[in-house]
Amino acid sequence: MTPILSAKNVNIYYGDKQAVRAVDLDVQRGTVNALIGPSGCGKTTFLRAINRMHDLTPGARVEGTILLDGQDVYGSGVDPVNMRRRVGMVFQKPNPFPTMSVFDNVVSGLKLAGIRDQKRLMEIAERSLRGAALWEEVKDRLKTPATGLSGGQQQRLCIARALAVEPEILLMDEPTSALDPASTAKIEDLMSDLKKVTTIVIVTHNMHQAARVSDTTSFFLNGDLVEHGVTDQIFTSPRDERTEAYVTGRFG
Amino acid sequence: MSEPTQSSPTRPPTPSALSSRSDRQFEILILALASVIVLVFVLSIYLLGSESWPALQRFGLEFFTQRTWNPVEGVFGAVAMITGTLVTSLVALAISVPLAIASALFVAEYAPKWLANPVGYLIELLAAVPSVVYGLWALFVIAPVLSRWEQGFFQDPARLALYTSCKNLWDSGSTTLQCFFVPSTFDGRGLALAIIILTVMILPYTASVARDVIRLVPQEQREAMYALGATKWEVISRAILPYARAGIMGGVILALGRALGETLAVAMVIGDSQDVLKSLFGGASTMASVIANQFGDAQEALHRSSVVTLGLTLFFLSVIVNYVARLIIARLTPKGIQ
Repeated sequence: MTPILSAKNVNIYYGDKQAVRAVDLDVQRGTVNALIGPSGCGKTTFLRAINRMHDLTPGARVEGTILLDGQDVYGSGVDPVNMRRRVGMVFQKPNPFPTMSVFDNVVSGLKLAGIRDQKRLMEIAERSLRGAALWEEVKDRLKTPATGLSGGQQQRLCIARALAVEPEILLMDEPTSALDPASTAKIEDLMSDLKKVTTIVIVTHNMHQAARVSDTTSFFLNGDLVEHGVTDQIFTSPRDERTEAYVTGRFG
Repeated sequence: MSEPTQSSPTRPPTPSALSSRSDRQFEILILALASVIVLVFVLSIYLLGSESWPALQRFGLEFFTQRTWNPVEGVFGAVAMITGTLVTSLVALAISVPLAIASALFVAEYAPKWLANPVGYLIELLAAVPSVVYGLWALFVIAPVLSRWEQGFFQDPARLALYTSCKNLWDSGSTTLQCFFVPSTFDGRGLALAIIILTVMILPYTASVARDVIRLVPQEQREAMYALGATKWEVISRAILPYARAGIMGGVILALGRALGETLAVAMVIGDSQDVLKSLFGGASTMASVIANQFGDAQEALHRSSVVTLGLTLFFLSVIVNYVARLIIARLTPKGIQ
């Protein structure tokens, strides 16, 4: 089966500084893939290259090839706006739109895509909220401000918002780092359901989280992809001694 | 952390009686200074109130419903000034707000840094130009342009006929919407010139506040919208402006307050007439302009008291505007952001 995501010789620069070096990485459909490594290792930088978020940062530059379902994300003639519609993203801090209701938050991506039919919007909103395990908690307050939800609920709302546009791949940038343990557990539980409908790439600084939720793990260090493999193998019998040092907690 | 903490062994002994006494003295000093502000506020209300009393006693609520303002006959009604103040301020606001938001978006979101800073600085500089300079600029630069158009109007036979029919209406004390756009003077001064000058004068207040609050919109809010596949304009209209709307409203209210109270420049250009919404290109007056133009000449007690009553009205209008603004801003402010 062809990988949903395939990175070949990806180099990322901030001005003169190279943040990611020659990364090759394949991600299979319907899996959860964790990017781990110490702070500043390039894992978030790599993640943000997948949906061209670096286009928004002056001075940032991506070289190499990233194929999303066979199509070059950085190919000539590819509109980053259309590209981003195929990729969902969940951020470190919950970032619902504070002036919108719960419902309007969920359907904001659909409205961007030009869907106006209220009945259809409602159907997709319910399906997305169920997908994010939030429906039961918010079904009676869909028209209330999104900021009335707790932090953990807000983050699941952001997951629902990303799911609503049926992304081919869902990028999660340390999605639980701002949440309490109970909310974190809910989102971790959710991931095994989410990979039935999409593919997940998650950046996490929490190795236990990577071990719990992911099928494959990539270890980044100083901008290099040191090792990539099945999660069990990375955590029990890493091939590289730097990986072993990191997963056994000797640094980072 | 290299800073010594409270629990470090070198912690100084408990505050001595001396330092506690100086604390107390400082408290009294601060209290006294703060009381001065309250005192000035109360005194100015008292003075405005007592000085307006003769006029209010004489005319009662008719002061606010009477159109005639005639110092010779001793009849004073403020309808023309209240209308003039509201119309000039609100129309100027309506024109300047879109311009201000557009310029704020340009500076905060579109312009490259080397251009954004000088442009932003220039916009703020507009607020530093003295009123009298704006007034002179309006009289010497804009008024001649308006005047040329107005004179051309009277030279065209068809338009002159229109003017004549409007003139008859005006003289009989009525008007039509069409006549509002027919000039009644030809020196360029009037309602339109006041609105133009106010628009320029209040622009920097909205623009600089809007620019600052737009810059303060968290990066995560922009990225959330971008990640959903939004264009730059969609990010601005659906994420940035809604998030910043309460702050922008604050800038709008600041500008409105400025427009309501603007005195000198308006007094110079508005043409000082008691007509109520007669012609956009004809004389009018505002509360502030009448105070500036007549206070010095108001020899008679009732005239003087009536002018002060305009001041009192303007004062309460500003208080009401500010109060309503607070309510609006509180409603618009996004709550509970994590």
